[in-house]
Amino acid sequence: MFFVLVAVSALTFFFMKLIPGSPFDSEKSVEPAVRAQLEAKYNLDDPEWLQYLKYMDDLLIPRITGETIPPTSRGLVDDYLFNIPIIGTDRVLRWMNFGPSYVSPSRSVNQIFRDHLPISAQLGVAAFIVAVVIGIPTGVAAALRRNSWIDYASMSLALIGVSIPSIVSGPILRYIFGVQLQWVPPTGWGTFEQLILPAIALGFGSSAILARLTRASLLQVLNEDYIRTARAKGVKERRVITLHALKNSMIPVFTIMGPMLAALVTGTFVVEIIFGIPGLGRYFVTSIGTRDYPVIMGTTLLWGFFLVIANLLVDILYGMLDPRIVY
Amino acid sequence: MATLSKDKNNSNIASLSHDGLPPSKSLWRDSFERLMRNRLAIVGLVVIILMILMAIFAPIISPHDYTDQSLLKTNAAPIWVIDLFPTMRAQGTENGYVKVVEANEYFLGTDPLGRDLLSRIIWGARVSLAVAFVGPLFATIIGLTLGLISGYFGGFTDNVIMRIVDTLYAFPTLLIIILMMAYFRSPAFAGAEAQGTIQGTLYLADRSLGGMLFIFIGIGITSWLGLARLTRGQVLSIRENEYILAARAQGASNWQIITKHILPNIMGPLIVAETLTIPSYIRYEAFLSFIGLGVSPPTASWGQMISEGAEYIGSFPHIAIFPAMALFLIMFAFNFLGDGLRDAFDPRLRGVD
Repeated sequence: MFFVLVAVSALTFFFMKLIPGSPFDSEKSVEPAVRAQLEAKYNLDDPEWLQYLKYMDDLLIPRITGETIPPTSRGLVDDYLFNIPIIGTDRVLRWMNFGPSYVSPSRSVNQIFRDHLPISAQLGVAAFIVAVVIGIPTGVAAALRRNSWIDYASMSLALIGVSIPSIVSGPILRYIFGVQLQWVPPTGWGTFEQLILPAIALGFGSSAILARLTRASLLQVLNEDYIRTARAKGVKERRVITLHALKNSMIPVFTIMGPMLAALVTGTFVVEIIFGIPGLGRYFVTSIGTRDYPVIMGTTLLWGFFLVIANLLVDILYGMLDPRIVY
Repeated sequence: MATLSKDKNNSNIASLSHDGLPPSKSLWRDSFERLMRNRLAIVGLVVIILMILMAIFAPIISPHDYTDQSLLKTNAAPIWVIDLFPTMRAQGTENGYVKVVEANEYFLGTDPLGRDLLSRIIWGARVSLAVAFVGPLFATIIGLTLGLISGYFGGFTDNVIMRIVDTLYAFPTLLIIILMMAYFRSPAFAGAEAQGTIQGTLYLADRSLGGMLFIFIGIGITSWLGLARLTRGQVLSIRENEYILAARAQGASNWQIITKHILPNIMGPLIVAETLTIPSYIRYEAFLSFIGLGVSPPTASWGQMISEGAEYIGSFPHIAIFPAMALFLIMFAFNFLGDGLRDAFDPRLRGVD
């Protein structure tokens, strides 16, 4: 897991350095001496492998400092993600410095995270809730009433759902409910009403995937011998469904729910752009254009981190749901 | 022995037909007939064929050139479109805020630069369909080959290939594509000094294709991973069958075993999986064009049209909604067809995902 993150960081780092151009390119030409100073300030005059090692050092090696952080050799204000006071002393354990943003030097990458990550995360989690709340009950209903109109209706809806990316549903939802019916504000961020449309636009496709998977998995489990055994012993149908069938059918569903949550939290760009939401997605896209190296690295690693954590959670849940799985 | 080598299509039971039983059918024919009975899949197939024809004959059937701007008729819409989107009427058609055009001149209206939306949607089909076929092509060439090698030979080769696939899998796909786009699209390769270098040549080639080359490369680089895994898994399960052993005992070479006995037996699941992946290739392209890393203007792409129209959705909804419907239609068609193919190739899975 740690290896994956290191691999992602190294690949991203050296690949983004390959992209020609520099964060200090601008319309007017910069004096070579000024540019050299800027590059020296951010260590950009070092060889690339050294830059990478310095970056990883700032990121991964915890520092113990006093209350205030002494200016570093680079003359930058350092901003750490974790600042844990050590009890009984006046020292603070600091960890995870993602560096400054080159393009807007007054802000550190950590500050950008603090300002914009919660927005993307809220949107992603809301979309996830939409997906689960619509998807799983629909799938269960379709499986229990197999070949009934409920089954056909919900599976047709699910087929529509998997065919509508948020790039399509976003503008349509925004027009119908925001502009035409005016039930909710068409754009913006901050209130609960403004969260509804983007969450549905983002989560609907995932809910369709969940519904199809839940149905398939439940149908398979209902054919198992232990379900017949339970019924034969005279266990009540409701109990057979909830205790025996549902719990077992959730195993494959959980495996995709982890990566799905990570994808929803990190995949909010399109919805952010359509609904004018000030989330982290925009920073990621613009930072590549402006060669803002620390922002590219920071957002990528954050993505990778979410993905890895989500997969880890799935593994843990797996073991809890199915004791046969041992690691 | 001759009968053993005949069962490459798993149809040995059917081929034992005696007189009086219905004539035997090959697996492919059987699947094809099942597919033809699935009405939704046929609808999907027809839509795809129509789209392909539309893309091929785009220069003939599109009423205007997709780059033609008419600055007097920007954001214009014909009456039926205004009736469809009631908010446009409320904007005021009399005072000239919403310009009214003849439906037989601009059937779907025009975009902010006064270009005909219908023509751009017709031309945009070229980009989406090109991606829909290039993705599986790359996936098949790279993924199928590596998956076959990995699964068939096993051991060290298998380990190396699968570890590479695992590592690339952990990497967010879109991130690779975005970084690559930023690399190749860099203005540094546009200048005269870059001519002759690989990057400079690629840059020019991309230019002449309207920005599609790098989308192809980006999707191609990431598309083969899933297929390589699937192929390997399928090969592993087929490899142990008796008829493979029989073929080997008869002295068949590795090449013969792979092409005659393994490939025909694993093609079904692979075709189904690739068809069901096509919508995600189309979605990647739309997404890239949406964030401005896709095709280069003035090439028409549905994703880029949606992103352009999303800004104006309050006043001129038709600019975003029509290309969005086109994108939805093509993804829907491929999903229908993919579902139908899956049911046709493996009836046991009918209705099961």
